[in-house]
Amino acid sequence: MNEIEFLSWVRGPGFQIATVIFVAGIIIRLGETLLLGRKANLAEAKGSAMRSGMRTIASRMLPPDKETFKRSTFTITAGYIFHIGLFITIFLFAPHVLLIKDVFGVGWPSLPSQIVDAFTVVSIIALLAILIHRITDKVLRYLSGPEDYIVWFVTIAPLLTGYLTFHRLGGSPVMMLALHILSVELLMVLFPFTKLMHTFTLFLARWYNGAISGYRGVES
Amino acid sequence: MTKDLSPKDKTLGEALRSQGISRRSFLKFCAATASMMALPPAMIPTIAHALEKAKRPSVIWLSFQECTGCTESLTRAHAATVESLIFDSISLDYHHTLQAASGHAAEAAREAAMQEHKGKYLLVVDGSIPLGNPGYSTIAGISNVDMLIDTAKHAAAIISVGSCAAFGGIPNAKPNPTGAVAVSDIIKDKKIINVPGCPPIPVVITGVLTHFLTFGTIPELDHLGRPKVFYGQSIHDRCYRRPFYDKGLFAETFDDEGARLGWCLFKLGCKGPSTYNACATTKWNGGVSFPIEAGHPCIGCSEPNFWDGGGFYKALSMPTENISKTAVYTAAGAVAGAAAVGIMNRYTRGKADDTHEKATIDDLEK
Amino acid sequence: MTESVKSPFNIQIGDELTWNVQPILHEIRHALRTLLETGNGSIIDLRSIPLAPGEEDTILDALGCGEVHAKLNALGPSEIYETRFSGVWMVTHYNAENDVISRFIEITRFPNILESQREDMTTSLDALEALLDTTPGSDKTETHAETNT
Repeated sequence: MNEIEFLSWVRGPGFQIATVIFVAGIIIRLGETLLLGRKANLAEAKGSAMRSGMRTIASRMLPPDKETFKRSTFTITAGYIFHIGLFITIFLFAPHVLLIKDVFGVGWPSLPSQIVDAFTVVSIIALLAILIHRITDKVLRYLSGPEDYIVWFVTIAPLLTGYLTFHRLGGSPVMMLALHILSVELLMVLFPFTKLMHTFTLFLARWYNGAISGYRGVES
Repeated sequence: MTKDLSPKDKTLGEALRSQGISRRSFLKFCAATASMMALPPAMIPTIAHALEKAKRPSVIWLSFQECTGCTESLTRAHAATVESLIFDSISLDYHHTLQAASGHAAEAAREAAMQEHKGKYLLVVDGSIPLGNPGYSTIAGISNVDMLIDTAKHAAAIISVGSCAAFGGIPNAKPNPTGAVAVSDIIKDKKIINVPGCPPIPVVITGVLTHFLTFGTIPELDHLGRPKVFYGQSIHDRCYRRPFYDKGLFAETFDDEGARLGWCLFKLGCKGPSTYNACATTKWNGGVSFPIEAGHPCIGCSEPNFWDGGGFYKALSMPTENISKTAVYTAAGAVAGAAAVGIMNRYTRGKADDTHEKATIDDLEK
Repeated sequence: MTESVKSPFNIQIGDELTWNVQPILHEIRHALRTLLETGNGSIIDLRSIPLAPGEEDTILDALGCGEVHAKLNALGPSEIYETRFSGVWMVTHYNAENDVISRFIEITRFPNILESQREDMTTSLDALEALLDTTPGSDKTETHAETNT
């Protein structure tokens, strides 16, 4: 298989396989969680669970209180930087918008490449810092298992290969583009079965946190 | 095809001088050649020296499953005076599209050239070779594959001109009814120079011939057997519209403001980033323009499988299959799957609840 | 720039598209300095550099036209002229159909292609001698010339 055939494969059958695993995995995992249901709460409701749940989903997106921020300044700052960077890189880079438009039929304007490029670099640096932090921090290292490192790798791989592809570095651009797409497919395949699922489950968790408090009439 | 063999024994320098071509004209020819072969101008004296001493090689040109576009392209190069000198400096002993003779007479010429220049002639091939049934394409009753193997045996070098000969090209595209393959799929024991393109740029064809003529060697090739001097850089890297790509300025349709202002054609399916060829610098029609300059995205014709690359107007970042359909079908299946799993989980939980026995004070006091 | 934006087609004359115009002019400046200091000339092949429509004209305009202008007729025409910068020459080769086949900027005291070539002079000498030998009464002319001096 030469590199053009490799590129054709990752753009075609490879992407199809990854999509099937990704979509099926997410739906089954979310469905499983939702269908499990909860026991009816027999206590009298003292407030709206729904309103509180929704508010918590939104409020937890914002930076936490000063105390929490002080306690884990690095995790929060690096986390924000890399998540925002990742969002911009994935959803506002012109070639990615084209892909989204092709699959979902809706597109939106993209950011100039240099801006996306800057966010990519910042995200890569943040991810590297996060890894160093994970390794150097004794507690964090103790808590980390192989999955954490695998998840870190499949997240940084598309960023790195994408950066190299855009700047046409690190080998033939065709090969780099193919590797970039392959790395995204790897991410998609592992997504439903790893902590990467937090992209979706965080909404359930936050809603539930808020909902319990709301039901009890407590501010969450 | 001259019966008098003496011109073939002359060096190129002698041949040109006997035609009354001045040294100054020859130097101009060498300068144009250097430019054409993408060599630095400092190489002009070396080229002059080498060409002066070069002997006219015998060339056998085999056309298989092809559309004659490659020959058309080449004869356009032939129209210009300087390039025509290159053709005066080779001895084209067999080319069944261009020669007057046909059938057995033509084959006799091929046999004669092969005998006379055994081990020294250049073999140029355009078109793919059908393996599905040898009868799909024959010349004078000889199947393409037999003729190729026979002629390649004693060739000094093989040049596959055009994407069909180099990679199988359009005949090889799905569903490939004739079982078409590239020259390199059949000939394994010889160095093959691939000059792909649909058609290749005329001066690239002559440039490769001239390189062989000048240095007597095969130019440096890339991993797909293409000469690096011409196929060393992608269209995208040498494209004058590249700054627009970097700035994120794209034509969205063929008739929008961006298209009129000459912005990047990536979104319209340009294969420039994955295509290696000299179009952006050498250009076409005597250096006038090239497809992107004319406002059309590059279709990647010098790359393998360009016909099956997912569509000319589909951007490189888009999947080639219908992913929406895949996603919808998968989602439908997965919803059913999730429901099944969910019911099973509930059942498991219910059973656990049923078998669960509550501990009482009595149990603890036992 | 403002004018070119209004241009109905994708040719943006005068617009900087590849950013190669300034670097080429700087390369010429360095080459000219080298020529002055060491006597070594250099040649830039304009066809080896990606240029947008109109950019080649920008370079030609910047270099302008100097005092010397020569035309060759060798396998089609060639045009050679010194730009307004002494030592910077523009050499353009055309084929018989007047298409540009190559264009070089030569930084030299005198482009090599304009010099009479040794091989051509040898041929010319032969031709001249042949001409004098075959001209009837050539000896007489020679004697006449001698008596005159």
